[in-house]
Amino acid sequence: MTAQFPALALILLFPAIGVVFNIFVGPRAGRNAVNVAGTGVIFAAFAVGLWAFARLLAMPAGAALEVTLWPWIIADQFHTAIALRFDALSAVMTLVVSGVGAVIHLYSIGYMAHDEDYARYFAYMNLFALSMLVLVLADNLLLMFVGWEGVGLCSYLLIAFWYGNAQFAYNGRKAFVVNRVGDAGFILGILTMLSALAAHGVWTLNFAGLQAHAAMLAPVATMAGLLLLLGATGKSAQIPLYVWLPDAMVGPTPVSALIHAATMVTAGVYMIARLHFLYALTPDAMHVVAVIGGVTAFFAATVALVQSDIKRVLAYSTISQLGYMFMGVGAGAFAAGIFHLMTHAFFKGLLFLCAGSIIHALKGEQDMNRMGALWRRMPITYATMLAATLAICAVPGFSGYFSKDLILERTFEAGDEGLWLLGVITAGLTALYMFRLLFLTFHGTSRVAPDKHVHESPPVMTVPLIILGLLSVAGGWVELPPGWLWGGAFSRFLMPVLCRSRSQAAHGAAGGALGVVAMLATLTGFLLAYILYIQSPALPGRIAARASALYHLLVRKYYVDELYNLIFGRFLFWGSTNVLSRGVDSGLIDGIVDGAGLGVEAAGEVTRRSATGNVQVYAFVYLAGAVGIAAYYVYLVMVR
Amino acid sequence: MGGYWLTAVIFTPLLGALFVLAQPEERAAWRAGFIFSLIPLAISIYLFAAFDPAQAQYQFVEQYAWIPQFGISYHVGMDGISLFLVILTTVLFSLTLLYSGGGDIETRPRAFCFFMLLLEMGLLGALLAVDLFLFYVFWELMLIPMYFLIGIWGHGRRIYAAFKFILYTMLGSILMLVAILYLVSAARAHLGHLSFDLPALYGVPLSHRQATWLFAAFALAFAIKVPMWPLHTWLPDAHTEAPTAGSVILAGVMLKMGTYGFLRFAIPLFPEIAIEAAPLFLALAVVGIIYGALVAMVQPDLKRLIAYSSVSHLGFVMLGIFALDPQGMEGAIYQMLNHGISTGGLFLLVGMIYLRRHTREISEFGGLWRSVPIFAAVFMVVMLSSIGLPGLNGFVGEFLILLGTYLSKSLAAEIAVVGLILGALYMLYAYERVMFGPITKAVNETIRDLDAREVAVMAPLVVLMLFMGLYPRPLLRRMEPSVNALLGRVHAAQARLDRQPRHPHSLAALLDSTSVAAK
Repeated sequence: MTAQFPALALILLFPAIGVVFNIFVGPRAGRNAVNVAGTGVIFAAFAVGLWAFARLLAMPAGAALEVTLWPWIIADQFHTAIALRFDALSAVMTLVVSGVGAVIHLYSIGYMAHDEDYARYFAYMNLFALSMLVLVLADNLLLMFVGWEGVGLCSYLLIAFWYGNAQFAYNGRKAFVVNRVGDAGFILGILTMLSALAAHGVWTLNFAGLQAHAAMLAPVATMAGLLLLLGATGKSAQIPLYVWLPDAMVGPTPVSALIHAATMVTAGVYMIARLHFLYALTPDAMHVVAVIGGVTAFFAATVALVQSDIKRVLAYSTISQLGYMFMGVGAGAFAAGIFHLMTHAFFKGLLFLCAGSIIHALKGEQDMNRMGALWRRMPITYATMLAATLAICAVPGFSGYFSKDLILERTFEAGDEGLWLLGVITAGLTALYMFRLLFLTFHGTSRVAPDKHVHESPPVMTVPLIILGLLSVAGGWVELPPGWLWGGAFSRFLMPVLCRSRSQAAHGAAGGALGVVAMLATLTGFLLAYILYIQSPALPGRIAARASALYHLLVRKYYVDELYNLIFGRFLFWGSTNVLSRGVDSGLIDGIVDGAGLGVEAAGEVTRRSATGNVQVYAFVYLAGAVGIAAYYVYLVMVR
Repeated sequence: MGGYWLTAVIFTPLLGALFVLAQPEERAAWRAGFIFSLIPLAISIYLFAAFDPAQAQYQFVEQYAWIPQFGISYHVGMDGISLFLVILTTVLFSLTLLYSGGGDIETRPRAFCFFMLLLEMGLLGALLAVDLFLFYVFWELMLIPMYFLIGIWGHGRRIYAAFKFILYTMLGSILMLVAILYLVSAARAHLGHLSFDLPALYGVPLSHRQATWLFAAFALAFAIKVPMWPLHTWLPDAHTEAPTAGSVILAGVMLKMGTYGFLRFAIPLFPEIAIEAAPLFLALAVVGIIYGALVAMVQPDLKRLIAYSSVSHLGFVMLGIFALDPQGMEGAIYQMLNHGISTGGLFLLVGMIYLRRHTREISEFGGLWRSVPIFAAVFMVVMLSSIGLPGLNGFVGEFLILLGTYLSKSLAAEIAVVGLILGALYMLYAYERVMFGPITKAVNETIRDLDAREVAVMAPLVVLMLFMGLYPRPLLRRMEPSVNALLGRVHAAQARLDRQPRHPHSLAALLDSTSVAAK
């Protein structure tokens, strides 16, 4: 059942107003106006989102709100429209994006309080919110792609926000180009699906239409699924396209929280869940999704163990957690993947905001070796960060516990014991690197430079911390084990949209046992972190010295950046410069052309000498030649 | 639909050119030239409004006998293919004339405006001519003013560039003229009289061998103009040495004469051969897309970079045309407009920065966002349009082209998609070196940002980019009937080809045998 709900357009209109205001009026209107407008529009979008959500709850399960704004690309039988669709899945995404987004916009007011370019900042942030909401509200794959590349653009603009730094600018471009590689896969995935449908005379990219004609997609499902997965690995920073995300951390920290942790990077997970009917046709592609997720989760967690930049640790942690989500959707547990996406938005957004609070207090310091013992001086930041850490480590009762546990359980049920084990080991690593981070920053001895006057952040920053802190604790309670209060309310809400074929297995006795194993891994990770970073802080250095090859491999992130650079950077530039530009273009083709030109010039030598070779003479030589030849053929063809 | 609208739109620039020459004072030429360019612009907007979107045939047709003994008539008409190219032409001419008066052209503005308006007449005439002889006259007519624009107001190696431009184009033109004359004489047997009238020449029975050679001659002339790889090397030189206005018109409109020529003449006149040659053209288009992008990436000069990006973009257009299906062809026409707007915009922006710094070397810049934020922001939007960001105009064309190509020849589309990645790479790479990073050259600290005139030049382009990206319907709707009519001809030819055994010497057979040999 669907109902028309034109007010959906307001969810997009408000951020759009923010963009226009901040570009054209903002710089002159002053900081307060920009703060109010830039943040207010996102709260307004969130409010409309809540309104739509209330409408949706009042409707029967599986219902959707819709509005068609205008026809878009139409050519012959192919037809798309700018149209929005608000079903349970979009509802979750919309509320997460606009809700967490609003909180982070609020935090930005404090974080960017000393930056002169606040209007440009809020313009970009509003544009991001707009694009992300287009992505999650689009009713067809092509409009989704508008949001998809739009968020990539904003990511680029915000990574390179402090454009005066050449390295930041490079990192921004790297993010965009790597994402474009994924986007090429996305486009080809769309084309693959469309050509399969067109063969049957169906020309639609509507999600509803695609689902209705899913049977026609069966022959291309694996191909399309893998191509779209390439797109997802770009946006969601999975192997092989994850390389841009750690470098994206040079942007302002609220950007890292919103775009590179809570929302944009989850777009790949959302897309796969949105196309669940396609992936349901192809166990092979599904398995690839799960394996990429599991391997990425583990791989990124190992790198996070040794990074000393606080945001880099969190970046690799994000990659690792996104890997869990891929594992979840890859196992067919779409709701579990989306559930983890939501709780992750709370706790990882919070972790970044806490990191931002620290960085703000330390005037830009990001190296954990120059932190320590901050908890007394930043109690709110510490308390909220502790909550987020417990959540990401899946401590029972905290939000991450419910979602991560569900993913691991579903992976085990799906028969992927190997992936499950990888997930459990990663859970241990997660506890290790997260408590390492917590201990290095807040505990132990202070290594802060003496000239830094550390202080707790202002309320405009701490209130968002507290809001997300509460959500990190309680955000998982929407999905309780069956029989507990409202039980799996979250999956019940999503299930009609995701309509998983597999039956919803309950958290049974096996589930309990699996959970205990994961918990033991987490506990081990915590104890290791305690021993290494509280009890005997000299130990990590000794281990690094002893296993220096492994340590360097991890610190240099397995040398993947270097490898990519060699192949796609150096080789491409060298070949283009020397082979194509100098060799083929200037050498071969122009050699022929100039040779021919010299011949003509030699023929025109007499004329040239008499007229000093100026422009007009060439013109007349050629015109005369042209007319002469034309006249000759006119004579040949017609007169004779 | 009667009236003299098309004659008016073609010849008001000529009147303007004469009017400009009559100006007693050099400086007055700018105002006169710009205001006169607004008349064809206004007429073309009227034509858009009055155009019947449901019709495939030529509209606003005028036909008068010109040289009746040779069957030559003044026959003009407009369909859904030429409509938007006419508007693109009139828009870009008004904007470049407005821009050029702002200091870009210092010497002899009267002569400059004269040649510009003459060029506009040539282009509009070639777009609207339905008579082959008339078309050829305009086709040649537009070369001469462009030659002078490059040769007189150009930069450094302008003589070499103008010479190369003429040499390349003439080579194709002469062959095309021969082909036109041969076609007309061959048609005499069928028609019973000489006729240069395009509709009359459709469907003239030709032997396979005749059609192949004629197609080849037309195709060569147009492929040089496009330019298709490997006939493109005149373009970077012409662009680099041309004044800004010359580059804008060259990229924005003149290159489209090549792709337009395929749509109007080469394909409908010889559809069988076009079908057979399609794999060849798709292959060259794909090579152009990748090659142009890779070479653009390593150019040290902004104008050369944009010139090579044109090779890549026009590769997409050719891809869409030779997909020979509605999505591809409509996408190709759309992309012709997109390229005119975005590349025209890029050349204008490069002109603006050249005016301030007298250099186009990328390494001379860096950190410009800090000193010229408006310029940088506009450049960003134009760049995004050029790389086909969804939501802006470029995406609509590229997507339709890829869709159309994928449906007919999926391999070509799969390779072409790589061009999208490279497009982002070379554009962002250049943008980063110009706008981002620290300011390394002291002169870049103090350059002034865009003035009101320059904003007025760029604003319409930016608005068009957004509008065409979000609401392409009014354009696509008007193209569709004409595209379908053209494809009807192609499909009929396909049916004929399917009925008869394949000619042993046909291009397709030749291509097949070479591909077999390659295996």
